[in-house]
Amino acid sequence: MVLRMEGISKAFPGVQALADVDFELAAGEVLGLVGENGAGKSTLMKILSGAYRKDAGRIFLYDREVDIESPHHAQQLGIAIIYQEFNLTPNQSAAANIFIAREPRRLSLGRFVSFVDRRRMEREAQEHLDRVGARVPATALVRDLSVAEQQMVEVAKALAVDARIIVMDEPTSALGEDEVERLFEIIGTLKKQDIAIIFITHRLEEVFRIADRVVVLRDGQRVGSMPIDQAMPENVIHLMVGRELGDMFHKEEAEIGAPLLEVRGLARQGVVEDVSFTLRRGEILGFAGLVGAGRTETARLLFGADPKDAGQIYIDGKLVKIDSPTDAVMAGIGLVPEDRGNQGLVLSLSVLENVVLPTLDDYARAGWWMDRRSLRNTAQDYVDKLDIRTPHLEQKAMFLSGGNQQKTVVAKWLASQPRVLIMDEPTRGIDVGAKAEVHALMSRLAQAGVGIIMISSELPEILGMSDRILVMAEGRVAAILDREEATQEIIMAYASGEEIGSSVVNATPGGRR
Amino acid sequence: MTETAIGPRKLQIKWAKFRELNVLVAFLLLCLFFYWRRPDTFTKPANLAVIMRFIATFGMLAMGEVLVIITRGIDLSVGSMTAFTGVTTAWLMLKGVGNLLPPVGMVPGILIALLFGILVGIWHGLFVTKLGIPPFIITLGTWLIARGVAAYITRGYPQVFESGDPFLILGQGTVGGIPISFLILLGVAVVISVVLNYTPLGYRIYAVGGNIEASRLSGVNVDRVQIFCYATSGFLAALTGVILASRLGQGTPVVGNAYELWGIAAAVIGGTSLMGGEGTVLGAILGSAIVGVMQNGMVLTNVSSYLQDVILGVVLVVAVVYDMLRRRGVWKLRLWKK
Repeated sequence: MVLRMEGISKAFPGVQALADVDFELAAGEVLGLVGENGAGKSTLMKILSGAYRKDAGRIFLYDREVDIESPHHAQQLGIAIIYQEFNLTPNQSAAANIFIAREPRRLSLGRFVSFVDRRRMEREAQEHLDRVGARVPATALVRDLSVAEQQMVEVAKALAVDARIIVMDEPTSALGEDEVERLFEIIGTLKKQDIAIIFITHRLEEVFRIADRVVVLRDGQRVGSMPIDQAMPENVIHLMVGRELGDMFHKEEAEIGAPLLEVRGLARQGVVEDVSFTLRRGEILGFAGLVGAGRTETARLLFGADPKDAGQIYIDGKLVKIDSPTDAVMAGIGLVPEDRGNQGLVLSLSVLENVVLPTLDDYARAGWWMDRRSLRNTAQDYVDKLDIRTPHLEQKAMFLSGGNQQKTVVAKWLASQPRVLIMDEPTRGIDVGAKAEVHALMSRLAQAGVGIIMISSELPEILGMSDRILVMAEGRVAAILDREEATQEIIMAYASGEEIGSSVVNATPGGRR
Repeated sequence: MTETAIGPRKLQIKWAKFRELNVLVAFLLLCLFFYWRRPDTFTKPANLAVIMRFIATFGMLAMGEVLVIITRGIDLSVGSMTAFTGVTTAWLMLKGVGNLLPPVGMVPGILIALLFGILVGIWHGLFVTKLGIPPFIITLGTWLIARGVAAYITRGYPQVFESGDPFLILGQGTVGGIPISFLILLGVAVVISVVLNYTPLGYRIYAVGGNIEASRLSGVNVDRVQIFCYATSGFLAALTGVILASRLGQGTPVVGNAYELWGIAAAVIGGTSLMGGEGTVLGAILGSAIVGVMQNGMVLTNVSSYLQDVILGVVLVVAVVYDMLRRRGVWKLRLWKK
């Protein structure tokens, strides 16, 4: 065993984050660590990487007990962790990042005066990059690299400190399909070098593809650990949520009414070109496409978050002028952004304040004096309706789990009673249970006559939830498909811009409109 | 709200108030200390009036800074603006504008000065929001320009009011022993406090300070919110300038030197976070009260004037370090629930 953790416990004010958790890891093993948000995965990994001190329990590395004191200490012990948000300095080269604080020296004049051996640093950094199969020059600035390439720099950085254990926290969440494949190849390479990998993800199918073993946490406890060939997706999900889940992506039927939102010729130089579509009352329109196809950008243009170069937006057949999010909110449009921490919520404010933020004026008596009681009532109402788990309304949003944060963002828009709700990756990074709740909520909204635009990179979600599917490729609308005619293959064909003459697409005459 | 949830909520509210309680306790301890050292002079009505006038000046500026700092800005112009608006109001009332305007009465003289304050504040806000100029830079520009203009139009000479001018009541008069300027401060403090705590605008100011992008995507007109804060800061600087001119009996371009820094210091001592999103009116007033009492007390206890600055500097650093330590506790929790 490379690593053995025994009886790890950790409490935070009001929460037992981990209770008596055992955990072991063998050399060259890829271990899938799964669990709902708040199950304790991150806490466990933060204890391993020295970011937190454990309350109780013992940690053994190569059967020697260690007391991990700090992230630096963990690094010295050969433990590297790659967070969702990378720890890279964008204005420095890949090489400088790989050797940060450990730059090779030359011309050393005593302890305090020496010079960086830049050539050697770049050469060795390149070796590490090549080892992970990254086609990235070591001299490239990190800010010029794609997300996937930055991730490879992170992996190379871990190799450079001679890590024997690499923890990857949601490594695929920001990657496109191809990039995920590359990452899996890299993981395979690392495995051959006997490096143990802990892989945290919300996407179960990834665990089943690459993990050797899966460990399931729930409510701070280990509820399962099994070799992957003995695990079934259904029972892993069952272990995670501790309850049966119905059909995963299931939209309940809603009556589709008159056209509600009409977008004509939306464009922004170099990002989005001539996007037109219609959204009906009670309809869920799925936006599919590869990362970078312009889906989020289209949503932002529609919402007035970015200036558009051309295009008209009609609501109920009337032309509306949307030049700012304020205009959009006035027109009855809401946006649940992709990045809820940075764009969806003001983390330093309370749940209450976040929920009422778009609609503050509605609570102002005589135009200025806030009616705190009705403010509280509204917020409490939506907290109850969406089952947002928070000890009280004054809880700061930063203390909520990912799923509850997402529900708070949704609550905020529900409170504004929007006619059109744009949801950008509404279930990314939230746990299975919360995911199902968000989907049920979308169904209910549609039934209430709200038009929903759902951007998602998960094809099963797109296929399960959408009434119609708009596929984008390279900033343009590649196709608008009805639910019946759409399959994963057809969507991928349009999304990747395959020739219209290809067999898959030919199978659906009239698919392109 | 369930029964079990009431406990932590009460606790949190207590904790939120606790921060100002710290400042309040520090203030009371200081008062006790100086009363113990100088029981005869410290509580004399005349001395208390001196302290209150001090608080009236710096508390006013600190409130403006609090608003701007909540939105992660800074206003370096307020000291110079007190000079500029003091000169403006005196010049308008004593000389008028060349052949265009004969000397005006007290009310228009004051109102025009206040209007200048607001306009300069809006000017700052527009540069910050529409052009993305760092607030430090644009207000630093005004810091030079405002004092320069004040000195230029007066050729450096103070514009002196005759004794007995009714304008002088504003800065020199008292009601029941309490300086009028201090009463004005309390009035303004109540208004701003109400705006911050009870109006949509107040909620939005904290939201913009907490996360400007999320606020914008929630439909908050973030530019307008920021411009309001700078305009209010400009207005308060102008009001301070008018009151100072009245107290000194003259509009002079040399008044208010480095007052912006005292205002910022008072705001910070009162618990305003330079990281944005946090700060209260009560904190600003208490912060300036601490500075005021310390300065006054040190004079009474014959502390060398050189040493006074050293001590005030140490107090400022201690306040900021305390704020950081308190904040670090919060940071840990934030990491955990990411």
